[in-house]
Amino acid sequence: MAYDYEKSIRPGKLPHIWCPGCGHGIVMKGLIRAMDTCGLEKNNTAIVSGIGCASRMPGYLDFNTLHTAHGRAAAFATGVKMAKPEMTVICCGGDGDGAAIGGNHFIHACRRNIDMTYVLLNNYIYGMTGGQFSSSTPPGHLASTTPYGNPDPAFDLAKLAIGAGATFVARTTAFHATQIDKLIVEGIKHKGMAVIEILDDCPTTYGRRNKFRSVVDMMKRLKDIAVPVTAAAKMTPEQLEGKTLTGVLHKEDRPEYCENYAKIIARVQGA
Amino acid sequence: MSAKAEIEIIEAYCKGCSICVEFCPTKVLEMDAFVVKVANADACIACNQCELRCPDFAIKVHKL
Ligand SMILES: Cc1ncc(C[n+]2csc(CCOP(=O)(O)OP(=O)(O)O)c2C)c(N)n1
Ligand code: SF4
Ligand code: SF4
Ligand code: SF4
Ligand SMILES: [Mg+2]
Repeated sequence: MAYDYEKSIRPGKLPHIWCPGCGHGIVMKGLIRAMDTCGLEKNNTAIVSGIGCASRMPGYLDFNTLHTAHGRAAAFATGVKMAKPEMTVICCGGDGDGAAIGGNHFIHACRRNIDMTYVLLNNYIYGMTGGQFSSSTPPGHLASTTPYGNPDPAFDLAKLAIGAGATFVARTTAFHATQIDKLIVEGIKHKGMAVIEILDDCPTTYGRRNKFRSVVDMMKRLKDIAVPVTAAAKMTPEQLEGKTLTGVLHKEDRPEYCENYAKIIARVQGA
Repeated sequence: MSAKAEIEIIEAYCKGCSICVEFCPTKVLEMDAFVVKVANADACIACNQCELRCPDFAIKVHKL
């Protein structure tokens, strides 16, 4: 028997709307396998997104889902988790949604170390609206709003999450399909804010403007730029030029937000 | 060599991106206009790579 994805998808929702070769579908499959591995019950799991192609995911997944305002996934998810701390809360969405318009909510969820898992699909672009540059578009690259090359430096989203205080931060790519579920599983099991950045492809609005003529070219790029952190330790700075580290990048234990909050309530009520 | 898995293609879901064709290690799959087809069934080693990377839920690998 082949793996049954459709048990986790709302009936009649396939085929999905994503373009041919869009990595979001690969990531959604990884998320489904990860939730399955963790034995998550539909009724005890909330999947929250903002707006964008990546943020369409909750429309397909047959769980409790919230498709919210642009950039606000972390804010709504914080509300869900505070109201129902026993629920597993998963955010998913794009780089534009999570780190550009929603960057503020994202960093504060990291700072609070609230117990949720944020799957951040970084395709380096605002895909849904036609390929405007985002805060993770590499410098020099072409977007519909940077026709002469992007003058801005790009965020390293995993480093941003670590700097802001997330206690589990990992990265992989849409090419490395089995690592997607492996890292999401670790994120779900981690108590605190877990961020899994997934380098992704948008062949339609990013690839074709930036020398990646086909979907396969984009996939090969993801394959080529990824270097596991363990291997990177033995590489020279020259060898690491243009590469991106993958695997678990950061893990620490720090008090979790809902537990802290509950302690304050107990203390004040007891007084 | 005999096939280690039977490959099921759900044609209504396939968008013809050709990711599965490119990364199949034994060249089992081929594009047929805009939909993938099994061209070399016997060579399948059941590695599951096509299913894992198909963004469109269009391939199932049934191990034999
Ligand atoms: C307040 C607000 N501003 C702008 C938009 C338009 N908008 C919709 S999706 C999007 C970008 C999404 O980019 P990203 O999160 O990277 O997702 P992708 O489409 O690349 O997967 C923008 C700017 C909006 N819907 N709401
Ligand atoms: S526009 Fe880009 S991100 Fe959106 S579905 Fe198409 S390929 Fe995916
Ligand atoms: S399971 Fe592996 S060998 Fe068989 S068709 Fe898929 S990628 Fe090719
Ligand atoms: S990867 Fe999936 S959608 Fe793409 S050609 Fe193969 S079966 Fe079709
Ligand atoms: Mg994007």
